[in-house]
Amino acid sequence: MKLLTLNFLTCAIKTCKSSPSSFPLHPRDAELEIVEADLNLKFLENILPRLMWDELRVVVDELGLPTLPPTIPTRADLVAPSSPTSSSSSSDPAPSQTARDLHRILIETCVREGKLVCGNCGHEYAVKEGVANFLLPAHLV
Amino acid sequence: MSRPEDTLPPDLFYNDSESRKYTTSSRIQKIQSDMTHRALELLDLKSPSLILDVGCGSGLSGEILSASDEEGTPGGPHIWIGFDISSSMLGVALEKEVEGDLFLADAGQGVPFRAGTFDAAISISAIQWLCNAESSEESPAGRLSRFFNGLYASLRRGGRAVCQFYPKNDEQKKMISAAAVKAGFGAGLLEDDPGTKSAKTYLVLTVGGGELDGDITGVVKGMEGVDVLDQRRKVKDRRRPEDRKGSKAWIIKKKEQMERKGKVVKATSKYTGRKRRIAF
Ligand SMILES: C[S@@+](CC[C@H](N)C(=O)[O-])C[C@H]1O[C@@H](n2cnc3c(N)ncnc32)[C@H](O)[C@@H]1O
Ligand SMILES: [Zn+2]
Repeated sequence: MKLLTLNFLTCAIKTCKSSPSSFPLHPRDAELEIVEADLNLKFLENILPRLMWDELRVVVDELGLPTLPPTIPTRADLVAPSSPTSSSSSSDPAPSQTARDLHRILIETCVREGKLVCGNCGHEYAVKEGVANFLLPAHLV
Repeated sequence: MSRPEDTLPPDLFYNDSESRKYTTSSRIQKIQSDMTHRALELLDLKSPSLILDVGCGSGLSGEILSASDEEGTPGGPHIWIGFDISSSMLGVALEKEVEGDLFLADAGQGVPFRAGTFDAAISISAIQWLCNAESSEESPAGRLSRFFNGLYASLRRGGRAVCQFYPKNDEQKKMISAAAVKAGFGAGLLEDDPGTKSAKTYLVLTVGGGELDGDITGVVKGMEGVDVLDQRRKVKDRRRPEDRKGSKAWIIKKKEQMERKGKVVKATSKYTGRKRRIAF
């Protein structure tokens, strides 16, 4: 499961819906893996305003990964400054180092095994082979 | 032939052998692929988006979502997240190393994402299963409502969802559509090859607001919307022609009344008040 997904998943339990502490879910005993993927600059530009940056930083810290900068990059930060020598001005803009870092964190860094824990109710969602189990027993729905 | 939905709950029906049989059948691959392309056409995505796939199964649609625009996926490649109630289906998806994230969940329990997560959602041949709830403690209506409420909240303003499904009968088609409308969606039904053995039903849903045109009739011509028009008719009408029941002026007036009552009504467009083929 990509860290991107973790930035959007919430606890599924009804009584947690209104509680701010049900997001983000906190990884526990997590085993990470890097799954390489093509960088999709247009997607990063699209998703950037929807990220919850502070919560992403929390999760990244909890996973023991290098701390993210305190403020979220801007869309402009994702595009490498075009070199004046480049003749192909019509071609698609190139990703900046910031975009590559973001791609690494959001898209390529995945939780393979472990648990996701709700900060409100303490419910643990197991993750196996990257697949989280969100099936709830009927009384919690 | 009996409907699988009437035989077993989905997680038991889609066991290891059925999931494999399903995914490796070239006939099924072709049908699911065609329907996914049709749904993408209706979603009308212009650039790489975050998409939810409800009842994603073994990822037959997901593989198309991950393809690029040049490969025939409008606006692609997209990033998708899929969930399914069958761990066997998800197991086949894992074997295929699909690019989307997968999780095990029951659509009838809701959609566990924060508000405004997705640009779009797709669901192919899955949501009719929500109408079979005999094994659970809840009613189909309760499960449909939880699903559509969750889906509505998880989509961003101006977002769209397209759910192709196999209604058992007209009643089921109405029950599903009504649940979507009740959750707040602008909704329309589209039928391809109606009346034939290969008839396909698509529920097209829009979330108002945002930069997208939330009007379903802007998506497809010949599609019926969901403004609840008064079905009683043939009352001798002495009013001015433009106020006659069913006329465009009448519909607009009715919509304003409904809106004042807090009901969700579809935006008025050039199709408002025109005869259309499909109704629910
Ligand atoms: C005909 S298959 C379609 C799979 C995939 N969408 C495709 O087009 O290939 C129906 C899928 O819906 C899933 N399903 C049925 N009920 C569900 C539910 N309540 N929540 C999530 N998935 C469900 C089944 O497990 C199955 O994988
Ligand atoms: Zn919780």
